[in-house]
Amino acid sequence: MTQFNRLDNGGRIDRSKLLSFEFNGQRYKGFAGDTLASALLANGVDVIGRSFKYSRPRGIVAASAEEPNAVFQLGATEATQVPNVRATQQELFDGLVSQPTSGWPSLSFDFMGVFGTLLGRMLPPGFYYKTFMFPQAAWDTYEKYIRKAAGLGRSPREPDVDTYDHLNHHTDVLIVGAGPSGLSAALSAARAGARVILADEQAEMGGSLLDSNDRLDDKPAAEWVKATLEELARYDNVLLLPRATVNGYHDHNFLTIHERRTDHRGDRAPANLSRQRLHRVRAKWVVLATGAHERPLVYGNNDLPGCMLASAVSTYINRYAVVPGSRLVLMTTNDNAYRTAFDWQDAGREVVAIVDTRAYVTGAWQEEAERRGIKVLKGKAVIEARGGQRVTGALVTGLTTDGNKVAGDSQLLRCDTLASSGGWSPVVHLSCHTGSRPVWDDDVIGFLPGKTVQRQLVAGAVNGRFALDDCLTDGASIGAEAATNAGFPAEPAIVPSARTRPETRAMALFCIPHHKRNSRAPKQFVDFQTDVTAAAIELATREGFESIEHIKRYTAMGFGTDQGKLGNINGMAVAAKSLNQTIPQTGTTIFRPNYTPVTFGAIAGRHCNDLFDPMRYSAMHEWHVKHGAKFEDVGQWKRPWYFPKPGETMQQALDRECLATRESVGVLDASTLGKIDIQGKDAREFLGRAYTNAWAKLPVGKCRYGLMCKEDGMVFDDGVTSCMGENHFVMTTTTGGAAGVLEWLELYHQTEWPELEVYFNTVTDHWATMTIAGPNARKLLAELTDDIDLDKDNFKFMDWRQGTVAGVPARVFRISFTGELSYEINVQANYGLHVWEKLFEHGAKYNLTPYGTETMHILRAEKGFIISGQDTDGSVHPYDLGMSWAVKEDKPFSFIGKRGMKREDCVRENRKQLVGIKTKDPSIVLPEGAQAVDDPNHPVPVPMLGHITSSYYSACLGRSIAMGVIKGGHNRMGDTVHYPLTDGRVVEAEICSTIFLDPKGERQNV
Amino acid sequence: MFYIFCPYCDEHREEEEFHPKGQAHLSRPADPDACTDEEWGNFIYFRDNPRGIHHEIWVHAIGCRKFFNVTRDTQSYEILESYRMGSAPRITQLTDKQQS
Ligand SMILES: [Zn+2]
Repeated sequence: MTQFNRLDNGGRIDRSKLLSFEFNGQRYKGFAGDTLASALLANGVDVIGRSFKYSRPRGIVAASAEEPNAVFQLGATEATQVPNVRATQQELFDGLVSQPTSGWPSLSFDFMGVFGTLLGRMLPPGFYYKTFMFPQAAWDTYEKYIRKAAGLGRSPREPDVDTYDHLNHHTDVLIVGAGPSGLSAALSAARAGARVILADEQAEMGGSLLDSNDRLDDKPAAEWVKATLEELARYDNVLLLPRATVNGYHDHNFLTIHERRTDHRGDRAPANLSRQRLHRVRAKWVVLATGAHERPLVYGNNDLPGCMLASAVSTYINRYAVVPGSRLVLMTTNDNAYRTAFDWQDAGREVVAIVDTRAYVTGAWQEEAERRGIKVLKGKAVIEARGGQRVTGALVTGLTTDGNKVAGDSQLLRCDTLASSGGWSPVVHLSCHTGSRPVWDDDVIGFLPGKTVQRQLVAGAVNGRFALDDCLTDGASIGAEAATNAGFPAEPAIVPSARTRPETRAMALFCIPHHKRNSRAPKQFVDFQTDVTAAAIELATREGFESIEHIKRYTAMGFGTDQGKLGNINGMAVAAKSLNQTIPQTGTTIFRPNYTPVTFGAIAGRHCNDLFDPMRYSAMHEWHVKHGAKFEDVGQWKRPWYFPKPGETMQQALDRECLATRESVGVLDASTLGKIDIQGKDAREFLGRAYTNAWAKLPVGKCRYGLMCKEDGMVFDDGVTSCMGENHFVMTTTTGGAAGVLEWLELYHQTEWPELEVYFNTVTDHWATMTIAGPNARKLLAELTDDIDLDKDNFKFMDWRQGTVAGVPARVFRISFTGELSYEINVQANYGLHVWEKLFEHGAKYNLTPYGTETMHILRAEKGFIISGQDTDGSVHPYDLGMSWAVKEDKPFSFIGKRGMKREDCVRENRKQLVGIKTKDPSIVLPEGAQAVDDPNHPVPVPMLGHITSSYYSACLGRSIAMGVIKGGHNRMGDTVHYPLTDGRVVEAEICSTIFLDPKGERQNV
Repeated sequence: MFYIFCPYCDEHREEEEFHPKGQAHLSRPADPDACTDEEWGNFIYFRDNPRGIHHEIWVHAIGCRKFFNVTRDTQSYEILESYRMGSAPRITQLTDKQQS
């Protein structure tokens, strides 16, 4: 039994290319040109999933992006799994493997059906809010079942094997949609010479012209499509993007286009081709020619497989040569849908009846039906579908002329397909993305794009112009207008003439009444994906929800991956009727990006793995790698963390690095510290305003440590700044804070004190910096320089000297972050590795030991030096840190932070203050973040005193050391506090000075 | 994503090149030490959150590094003008056409 619904002739499929594919473990055949959906219908696959809440069998409803049910998991291998693929948009390829994402545990074994009633009761409207009020434990139990049953798909467990990329564009006119309006718009704009991008979500451009029997200039419409595309392809200024969904319309005419470049070719992309591409387009003008989606009618059991959109049935017949059934009943509120019955009949199958909800309707379409011998039942409606796994009949009843009530007897029509049309909803989604509210139009019976500040025009069906000739002429003139607006004076293209049958007025009807109240009638589904019924919406209004936005959230209507493309308008109509008001009174419908789901691959593009974030390396990086360094990320920098020798644990390596530095000499690559060159006659004055301490008298050749605060008085960065000349300074910042500090300085200069003559520039990457520290630092440096006087009285602590080190020009700063005799050697970055290697050449006899950031942290903590961002967190001012020595209160200018740290809250008693913490048991290293309490036996809640900010094992001291904040800590020296840990232990500790080693500073004073 | 005109580079550039820096035309008090806690608190913590016209500072962070002002409609996100530091905005209220 293969493809028994396939016609022998017609369609746009290639019968010479037979493709084999798999769905739900079964193998099927289809043709090139099929979508997965059309191939399944050709094979007569009715049930393609089960519904989320009630576990009802579901079939394919639509033929395009609005499909709510046929949402599948694709992928032949674990690494190529893609969830959330609409079968109606997936082109068939040989070897395609797909799975239903709903319908657990299997489509035929109806586990959910067994206790579906139970779940149905468990999941009334407002389920999310009602359930989540329960204890968390209850959700844990439901969740794994609900998730499995919910049809959410799953992400692959292996890394994606394909690549994805991004492409940026500027264009004059971006046209969204290549149907009749979009194509004619493109002709007008392209001929005027404007740069045009024409994007369409389908494999073939042409839109509705490919789905119909329409004729243009008395020839098949497809011929005009072909000629138009050939002309457009000839222009250099035109980019045609098929298989490309414009998914987001963002501010200032920025749009994102999701192009599926190889998804139609196989399970994974061919070599050297990216699978998908995200186009990021800045367009001068945008033309939305997005068309319209047909609205299904809401009636009892309208979710049975075999219930379809009328236009989708026509599309399957005309485009794919698939007739998805044998006996059709068509229900419609308008003339346009009649063509589905004609298409069905032309395909040689039986049309049982057209059920027209309008009582008094006569015109060209009804005449044509009569000519064809098709029975038209007027003033009637299908109030419910009958059947089990597929439609077997339609129950038809008379309607009152307003459509509000049923009237008269019912008759059962035997059929296997029930197509319905409630009219057309313009696809206003993109126009809504930037916040524009759509506007209801009673003539269109739908929402039209509303007022917008974007440079946006709309053409054709999205603007409520549904007739083909209107679409063509509208597109041509809008395309010309867009090009003209963008600076390319254009004339509307001459378009072919379309012979269209005049249509009589449609009826505004959305939900078909039933003999029983909606709550008692067979379920009338509004939103298939989230299983929201008309009765559920009515219940929501009875429970007091009046705004459509609240009703949507309460019922979950429109919250599926289809964003309610089919159901939202019907849902609003049901709510409006229940609230006894009009649809516009009930609210507008708002859509947000993205129009259809976008893969994470397309969003990430090449910004993954090594290209996720820029990586910055110092000039000595290769040496570190060669010498076994372990690295840590600091900002974007890769910094050596520690240098383990073979067989060493981390702690053993740290102990060795610390001891070697304190006993002889160690070296740190400090190149990553931020360096800002500051020049100008007011540079000194500026520093005095930006730092908390004094800079007025710092002589040339001297360095000074400074604290930087924000206006609230809280520390945000620190570092050493050196005076290079009377009007020239070099500031260092923390590694991670460099860019922020530069921007901060510029902000104050440019917005507050532009009268100061001062210039800032980053020189971080210009210099390689190596810090040698330890008792033998001077001896080592002496071997590498012959023009710098290193005598302790001539080159003092906090001096800097210009000279030559290892034969290259260098700035040497005698500053210390370890408490040891220490020199920071700065050379032009290109010389960095050379000087570093020279240091080791001469340093071997002193056991020169490279150390990383972790040893740097330990050595500085032994001395009580803070790390901004670790021991501070934006709530700590210099006095809290015990660093009043770094604040000069009597500077003439009120420096940044001075007023802030005088606020009532900053001068109160009992602020958290930075202190040293010594555990009673010297072997215990407290975890950073541990909270101090006075009495661990205090009943909950226990008053918290503050937390540990830095904590290490110090090999030099043979014990653990820590720093942390304690309320009123500066006055609690010697007190005992307790740290209850997550593992249940309570660690006793003593508050002490932050300076654990060499309190008098004698080690560096040599 | 915004498309921002830098009045120093004299061209539109993508938002990725800029950082927003908050409300414009706030001056640091000339004598901070004379401010009461309330006055200082207002200066450092309190900002307008208007519906409609908002004058705000942006910096062309990875372009010319200049700070400048823009006038933006906080409802439509439309940028109505960019102007240099130290000059006054031309647009201080929405026209009828812009009112949404
Ligand atoms: Zn600029």
